[in-house]
Amino acid sequence: MNYAGKAHKVGDHIDTDAIIPARFLVTTDPGELGANCMEGLEPGWIKRVAQGDVLVAGENFGCGSSREHAPIALKGAGIPVVIAHSFARIFYRNGFNMGLILLEVGDDAARLHDGDELVVDVDAGRIENRTTGETIDCAPVPPFMKEILNKGGLVPYVKAKLAAA
Amino acid sequence: MKLTMAQKILQAHTDQEITAANQIVQCEVSLVLANDITAPLAIKSFTAMGADAVFDRDRVALVMDHFTPNKDIDSAEQVKFVREFAREKGVTHYYEGGDCGVEHALLPELGLVAPGDIVVGADSHTCTYGGLGAFATGMGSTDVGGAMALGATWFKVPPTIRVEFTGSLGEHVTGKDLILFLIGQIGVAGARYKALEFCGPVVDRLSVEARMTIANMAIEAGGKVGLFASDAKTLEYCRAHGRMGAVALAADPGAEYDRELSFDVTGMSPQVACPHLPENVRPVEELADLAVDQAVIGSCTNGRIEDLRAAAAVLRGHKVSSRVRCVVLPATPGIWKQALKEGLLETFMDAGCVVGPPTCGPCLGGHMGILAGGERAISTTNRNFKGRMGSLSSEVYLASPAVAAASAVTGLITHPGKL
Ligand code: SF4
Repeated sequence: MNYAGKAHKVGDHIDTDAIIPARFLVTTDPGELGANCMEGLEPGWIKRVAQGDVLVAGENFGCGSSREHAPIALKGAGIPVVIAHSFARIFYRNGFNMGLILLEVGDDAARLHDGDELVVDVDAGRIENRTTGETIDCAPVPPFMKEILNKGGLVPYVKAKLAAA
Repeated sequence: MKLTMAQKILQAHTDQEITAANQIVQCEVSLVLANDITAPLAIKSFTAMGADAVFDRDRVALVMDHFTPNKDIDSAEQVKFVREFAREKGVTHYYEGGDCGVEHALLPELGLVAPGDIVVGADSHTCTYGGLGAFATGMGSTDVGGAMALGATWFKVPPTIRVEFTGSLGEHVTGKDLILFLIGQIGVAGARYKALEFCGPVVDRLSVEARMTIANMAIEAGGKVGLFASDAKTLEYCRAHGRMGAVALAADPGAEYDRELSFDVTGMSPQVACPHLPENVRPVEELADLAVDQAVIGSCTNGRIEDLRAAAAVLRGHKVSSRVRCVVLPATPGIWKQALKEGLLETFMDAGCVVGPPTCGPCLGGHMGILAGGERAISTTNRNFKGRMGSLSSEVYLASPAVAAASAVTGLITHPGKL
């Protein structure tokens, strides 16, 4: 799986209320949630994002509540991949379960800047920064988790698994 | 490779070889849990997955403990939805009425958890079972819905912080004080994404119930699990609760830890966590003379028989201050009945406490002891976030049963030794 897009950078400890404020939780529709993605961080933030762009975050991304709406909003906003220094635990699970690709890169997150053109090779665990010419290696997504992602998340994944059984 | 407790348990439930922390593995689970708040969502995910049967009707537990006996129409509807699901799928361990108690006190008591088990629950305090040496952790509803269908889920192998307690505990100093002290030291994110593994002579001497109190609050330090090696006491606990075939389990000597901490707890005071974070911990003496309006003794942290014995020992021969409501909620019907037999309930009632049914009740601000604006509670529960027990301008101080009981008598936060 390869993804190419522009990096949009956010800071440390971005919580689920920043990603999708509680007032928008009246729906589970990815499009509607996506339209309000990061509304709790900066009104209108989503306007800068094009389909396929990559979010780059600092430490502890997705801390706070266990709402599954947060990763749904990011996916709905057209962001297939989030690269972060680190993720909060429940967000990390919910992300994969909702079909969002998450890559943890530690301090290397600082080598990615707002607006950098990135190519992400999920299988190899490699992030190529076309703007700076640098490459960052990270742990590749394990095979069965890729299966979850390929199916579009945990609900369709389990559905396919049960149908095959 | 030498394995930590967490790695060892995960390894026993997966075909993949665990070679390092942070590796992701697919594991079979021993038990899947949800409650009256989280089960409805988990069931919706389960249905959306097209599942028509739970992976094992004997290994799904649905415990309706938060708002039961149902406090209003909405909670009654939620419980009804879960009850119908449980009946339709033939779920063995569905609890709602006179057989129901606070989930994390109930499941060990029913012998549903043993050392080496993996338990996933749609409740953050699922980590309680680490006190028995089980890898137990909280998750979102979709995860739990998936686990109910497949009997398996994925885990990131956590790095482990080893915490050793040496020295000896003074009178009135308990497991609750140890975990509050630790959270005060490492902070509410100190164990984020990690396993805590407790050891040392103090831990060896603790009862299994006290170990569960400590494991229960691993999540308040951000931890994924809080683990204790299982020893002769654990095996005896399992046997006494009808769980046969439990085996002793410990980390391999020489296992690799992310961080190793050691505290000599000799001379330590009872600890109190001040609003509005469990890490705001101070020795009880520093808070003496702070007036309280309510004392709560119960919950998955401190609602077990030992806790009630400790509270009753302090209350015996005393009266609860006329300014304080003291609410005692034995965590399960089994504990309730035992407390009745031992005369503890009589002690509580003679002292002027309200003795309620087994329920989460006020712990999450549900019912049976909600705080008004400006009111202050001393509570044996585990969270003191803003508004957790009622009004946003109320305050919750977390402490042990002995401290809560002593404070109920004086109406001020009080060291039990002072009575
Ligand atoms: S007693 Fe409190 S912390 Fe424990 S399960 Fe109930 S609400 Fe949660």
